Amino acid sequence: MNSLIVQSPGLLTTVQDLGRPGYGPIGVSPAGAADPVALRIANLVLGNEPGAAALEMTLLGGSFLFSQAATVSIGGADMSPTLNGQPVEMWLARSIPAGATLAFGPTRNYARAYLAVAGGFRVKPFLGSASTHVLSGTGGFEGRALRKGDVLRIGAAPRNTPKRQVSQTLLTSLRPRKVLRVTDGPQAGQFSPEALDTLTHQTFRVTEESDRLGLRLLAPPLPLPPSSNMITEGVSLGAIQVTPSGQAIILGVDQQTTGGYPKIANVIGIDLHRIGQLRPHVDIRFERTSLAVARALWIERERLFHSTEHLFV
Amino acid sequence: MRFRAASDQSMLIDLGDEIGLATHARVLKLLRLLQKEPPAWLRNMQPAYCSLLISFDASRVDHAAVETALRRFEQRSESLRSLQPRTIRIPVCYEGDFAPDIHEVARLHNLSIKDVIRIHTSRAYLAYFLGFVPGFAYLGDLSEDIATPRLDTPRKRVPAGSVGIAGKQTAVYPFATPGGWRLIGRTPLPLFRTDREPFGLISMGDQVRFRSISPGKFEELASP
Repeated sequence: MNSLIVQSPGLLTTVQDLGRPGYGPIGVSPAGAADPVALRIANLVLGNEPGAAALEMTLLGGSFLFSQAATVSIGGADMSPTLNGQPVEMWLARSIPAGATLAFGPTRNYARAYLAVAGGFRVKPFLGSASTHVLSGTGGFEGRALRKGDVLRIGAAPRNTPKRQVSQTLLTSLRPRKVLRVTDGPQAGQFSPEALDTLTHQTFRVTEESDRLGLRLLAPPLPLPPSSNMITEGVSLGAIQVTPSGQAIILGVDQQTTGGYPKIANVIGIDLHRIGQLRPHVDIRFERTSLAVARALWIERERLFHSTEHLFV
Repeated sequence: MRFRAASDQSMLIDLGDEIGLATHARVLKLLRLLQKEPPAWLRNMQPAYCSLLISFDASRVDHAAVETALRRFEQRSESLRSLQPRTIRIPVCYEGDFAPDIHEVARLHNLSIKDVIRIHTSRAYLAYFLGFVPGFAYLGDLSEDIATPRLDTPRKRVPAGSVGIAGKQTAVYPFATPGGWRLIGRTPLPLFRTDREPFGLISMGDQVRFRSISPGKFEELASP
């Protein structure tokens, strides 16, 4: 059995796939890759299923030894990957000889990088998914972030591992951006027009108190609705909650499943993966759009993924 | 029945305006019917006190289509029979470090600590829904005699097993998380574990009763 040995784990490296939606009734959040688009592409490059389990690295990557020859691809943030000291290109299937070390450094641009391997990483699935939810200690590799010395099993590679290069047009269209499009949240109507105006006209800074559960933003406080005594309800991925002090929090993939803060807006489907690439100290903005526009953009995106000729050159 | 778009891929269905048994029963019935006959576009559901959050596959349906479908589901769910609730018994130690806020709760209500324990253990609570984190059940209704608002500043880390109260709600924290509820005790029982099914100790619709145990009994139950 082929395996990967963790020589250094980096800041926070976990096994992730496309998550486990459907378990809201028992309080389980979907988890999964914070940037599912990067994970999907990294897998498709290798001929894997799009949701095969991969490693998600955060801000500072790790260093990994391969016991046997393997084929990998790297997507997401540029953490200066090197193979035995030589730079490795991203978004490309790359052969790794037995005994070689693949190492990553600090990010040069976004928050998260993905290391996919032909055959995927093999962990015991929890509720149908390999994704790690660190808070509850479930899924992934022993329910936790990777540590030095961990040995991860690698599945059997697909028969013909295609060596496909991702099209530059695609990467450009899916690139992380600092302007996130939003639709009105369920309590938008309770906020004043000034608050909604402020939401789209001021800049928000991503704070260091941000993780897979959510991004805490810093900005002049948003004016709260006159009575913000609402009954706890389910909260969506990408919801922008406003705390009693007027600060905004964007909910991420490891999100709490219910909450009692009013939600002024919600990031639209095709921008959700971009939340996962925002790192602390970055300034972001919000742009309002309609449900109809958001849906049309989503359908276009899914069509792109289903016709692979647009994905590769 | 009221519909609100929560995002471009999700919708909130309100089934009442007040926390109570009648609304809870409607939410649970709609949830059960959707679990029994899940439409192909259904991605996830999150029940709460008065609402159900539905996330859907936006490449198959839009909000209007989801609304139409859910109106029919809701109508049909009314004829579903109510389930006989299970009773879950949870041992709690209300002493020492396990109960950092119990003195303050007693003081605010002019009660003795014994009174607070007696009142908290004297009734069965309904598990309205599970939310926040895996296995966290929102239990109610807490007696007005000990109902206490949340802390002004939430704790950064509440130990797993802590029993908290907030307003007329009570709950057990399954995992160490931040939390603003007032902590009056701790249970040695795991609330969510993946080595047996169901994973959660408490399910939506259960009746939950607490009983007071000594620190010695806590240690005994905590050791595997």
